[in-house]
Amino acid sequence: MTDFSSAFGAALHLVLTADPGLIEIVWLSLKVSFCAVVIAAVIGLPLGAALAVGHFKGRQAFIIAVNALMGLPPVVVGLCVYLMVSNSGPLGTFQLLYTPTAMIIAQAVLVTPIVAALSRQVIEDLASEYDEQLRVFGLSTVERAATLLYEARFSLITALLAGFGRAVAEVGAVMIVGGNINHVTRTMTTAIALETSKGELALAIGLGLILVTMALAVNAAAYSARAFAVRL
Amino acid sequence: MTDTAATASTRRKAFPIRGEGVSFVRDGRAIVDNVTIKIGALDTNAARRPLAILGPNGAGKSVLLRLLAGLLRPTHGTITWAGTPPDAGRALDIGFVFQRPVLLRRTARSNIAYVLNVAGFNASESLDRAATALERSGLAHLADRPARQLSGGEQQQLALARALAQEPGVLILDEPAANLDPASTAAIEQRLREAADEGMKIVLVSHDLAQVRRIAGEVAFMHRGRILERTPAVDFFNEPSSKEAQTFIRGELLL
Repeated sequence: MTDFSSAFGAALHLVLTADPGLIEIVWLSLKVSFCAVVIAAVIGLPLGAALAVGHFKGRQAFIIAVNALMGLPPVVVGLCVYLMVSNSGPLGTFQLLYTPTAMIIAQAVLVTPIVAALSRQVIEDLASEYDEQLRVFGLSTVERAATLLYEARFSLITALLAGFGRAVAEVGAVMIVGGNINHVTRTMTTAIALETSKGELALAIGLGLILVTMALAVNAAAYSARAFAVRL
Repeated sequence: MTDTAATASTRRKAFPIRGEGVSFVRDGRAIVDNVTIKIGALDTNAARRPLAILGPNGAGKSVLLRLLAGLLRPTHGTITWAGTPPDAGRALDIGFVFQRPVLLRRTARSNIAYVLNVAGFNASESLDRAATALERSGLAHLADRPARQLSGGEQQQLALARALAQEPGVLILDEPAANLDPASTAAIEQRLREAADEGMKIVLVSHDLAQVRRIAGEVAFMHRGRILERTPAVDFFNEPSSKEAQTFIRGELLL
């Protein structure tokens, strides 16, 4: 018990003094997850809008697939990306294994279905209200999708924040493709896993505190985006 | 965009609109049943004023409007715009105001600027014209308010101002003043009269007899998917030719 409380004290000390080692890990985590969410947004938002307003063959099956992919196990994503970027994989020549780039790819794969599925839902709800009005303006399917993406902007921020929350908290994928290399690919989650298994709780608890605080902050941001949206 | 933006005078026309033997069947029931209607030729005083499609709830009025506007495809028969089948490229020549206004989540002014942008005006020109349109509809004071925050009456007036800003050849309204406060209703009717005076063809659906008396020049009476008669409003209210219309005007339930 004294072990635990002294570890907790040391953790607070690390956080409050902005320990460089800790900051480095937090910064890398944020950078990787942020880039992954940007990629997920670029792919997932138009994909979600297309699924919401498009009429094409296999749409239903596509929607079910995207919804199912929301629950992809991170370790499986990690494994797949590992196979892609490892030396004998199709992307092997780029030497991406154990780099932040590989981690970004893995998290983007993980988050894109989340962004696509949530935005599909949001835009489909909106489309049922807007559809006739946009059609009497003579808009094409693409123009309608673009307008609906803009109309849904605040709800979509929530979808992106949900994606970010998932990315920053997952450990399996970044562990496999990043390798948890100190100063290179060590993120908050992989560091927590490692430090805990070594029995060095101070850094683990400190990072845990930061992760939980970030989860709260992300949710607060999502909540205020929604609150702001109702006023428009 | 280009500086040769499509204006009402240069844009390809959808007006006049014609429906030949149009039916719309859903679940085996003909909601619109073999209707032939022409909306065009502002050649008489009655025709220059709004055409009201009148009839009890469920007569098929709103569906007929949607068929004319190209929002629905007829099961049988044909709709033509200026002689050719409807196409999205001419959609803006038909203004459409829905019973429940669908406004975008932006300011009142941006709502109008949006449609002008679609019509081909550049951003600053759209905003200028939007400001003018708001002024003409007496809504200038609401320009920077989020449209979704306006009252129901203000929202419908804005939806009308937006449709008018398109400068369409024909303006179609589906129960535009249902459930609105009297002041908003008066403002909307006044704006419709002005637009009609300026040469815009106006078609509105209503089941409000008093409103039709106030603004319509012509009445098309609809019952069970069919148009039973189309006459100048004065004649319609004095001596409707169909038994159903007589019943309806007396205020009795038309089954």
